[in-house]
Amino acid sequence: MSDSDIHKLTGAYALDAVDDIERAAFERHLVECEDCRSEVSSLRETTAMLAESAIVMPPPSLRDSVLSGISQVRPLPPIVAPPRRAAWFPVLVAAALVAVLGVGAALWQPWAPSDEGSLTAAEQVIQASDAQRVEVDLGEAGRAAVVRSKSVGKAVITTEDMAPAPAGQEFVLWLESAEGQMLPAGEMPDEPNATVVLEGDAATATAAGITVEPEGEPHVEPTLPIVAVFDFSQAT
Amino acid sequence: MDHLKPVPDGVPSEGTPSGGSQPADGAAARLASLMQRSSRGDEAAFAELYDATSARAYGLALRVVRNPAQAEEVVQEAYLDAWRTSSRFDPARGSAAGWLLTIVHRKSVDRVRSAEAATARDAAYHRETEPVEHDSTVEAVHASLDAQRVRTAVSGLTAVQREAVELAFFGGYTHTEVATMLDVPVGTAKTRIRDGLIRLRDAMGVGS
Repeated sequence: MSDSDIHKLTGAYALDAVDDIERAAFERHLVECEDCRSEVSSLRETTAMLAESAIVMPPPSLRDSVLSGISQVRPLPPIVAPPRRAAWFPVLVAAALVAVLGVGAALWQPWAPSDEGSLTAAEQVIQASDAQRVEVDLGEAGRAAVVRSKSVGKAVITTEDMAPAPAGQEFVLWLESAEGQMLPAGEMPDEPNATVVLEGDAATATAAGITVEPEGEPHVEPTLPIVAVFDFSQAT
Repeated sequence: MDHLKPVPDGVPSEGTPSGGSQPADGAAARLASLMQRSSRGDEAAFAELYDATSARAYGLALRVVRNPAQAEEVVQEAYLDAWRTSSRFDPARGSAAGWLLTIVHRKSVDRVRSAEAATARDAAYHRETEPVEHDSTVEAVHASLDAQRVRTAVSGLTAVQREAVELAFFGGYTHTEVATMLDVPVGTAKTRIRDGLIRLRDAMGVGS
């Protein structure tokens, strides 16, 4: 899709009139195109207005269902406001890392399930009937897989033989929301074989990602380039 | 328009709809504030938000998924999502109603598409959406005015733009499917949808 073509997708995107692949591609474009972000935002408001012409009073029982439903769910924490990052983590290091990692998909054996009687959060996700798996082979830097269960609403990343992050840096996890926003989802522990439940709502996330970020700072926006992307539309 | 809104006690003020470019600033600010209170776990605020938006949400879901039971499921899921992710709502980036209805629409579209993947779309015959009951709620008063503005704006579209926008928005079809249904090139459908929406936006005076 040429550049001028992709700009014209704003309308279809705002109306959800795109398939998953187009959505993912357009959301990548949105990250770098302020014009399209602004146009999509105004067109989304417009489509919301269209709903005015479809007003139908719902049955009163729906209100009860909604309100009893929310009483059992805790709202997600806010994204903590960023202090301005003084200096960027040198892009060269990240780029070198990406070169080493050489992202490519590969399949390998799933991990053996735990023998524990009660399921951990990670096991609940991995063993869910709707678990979706995306694996990324990082070459010599190790392997990583993200498993997401929409019904559990969570995603889990498992690493094998993962190379350590550069000194003073750490691997940070992200979930890409349906709106194309990258939301911080926690950090990877500094160990080669780890299983971590991503923070945040993974039910509607379109992808997960790993970036390298300065250690100990709040993570608000991913530092590019991204080390690994787990695109849920490519999940098996 | 003041005579239209003797607002009962305890009902959120919906502001004064005027024909102007920002029809309901008061209502929009109110909804944004309810959303922010919801993110702090305020269930009463969320109930109020539900009351102020549920007819739009349900009507939209019903138009897309067509089956009332499924529309209820979609709406319930959407509100649950909105509650859970309410802290991610940013009033600087758009209205609360827009944010919420975006979730509703996306879930509706996902529902019809996944249902199609499993079986053919059920409910072979679909009643056209029933006319709005203009009951006494503030939303209905407010909405009927807004609905009038929407109708006026829609009537300003060309026939082909309207067809494309309606198939995409209420039909839940992708722009590629719309192109096939209308027997036009994909680029043409994409352009009609975008041009149509831009014209609607400008006619309704929606800010970005």
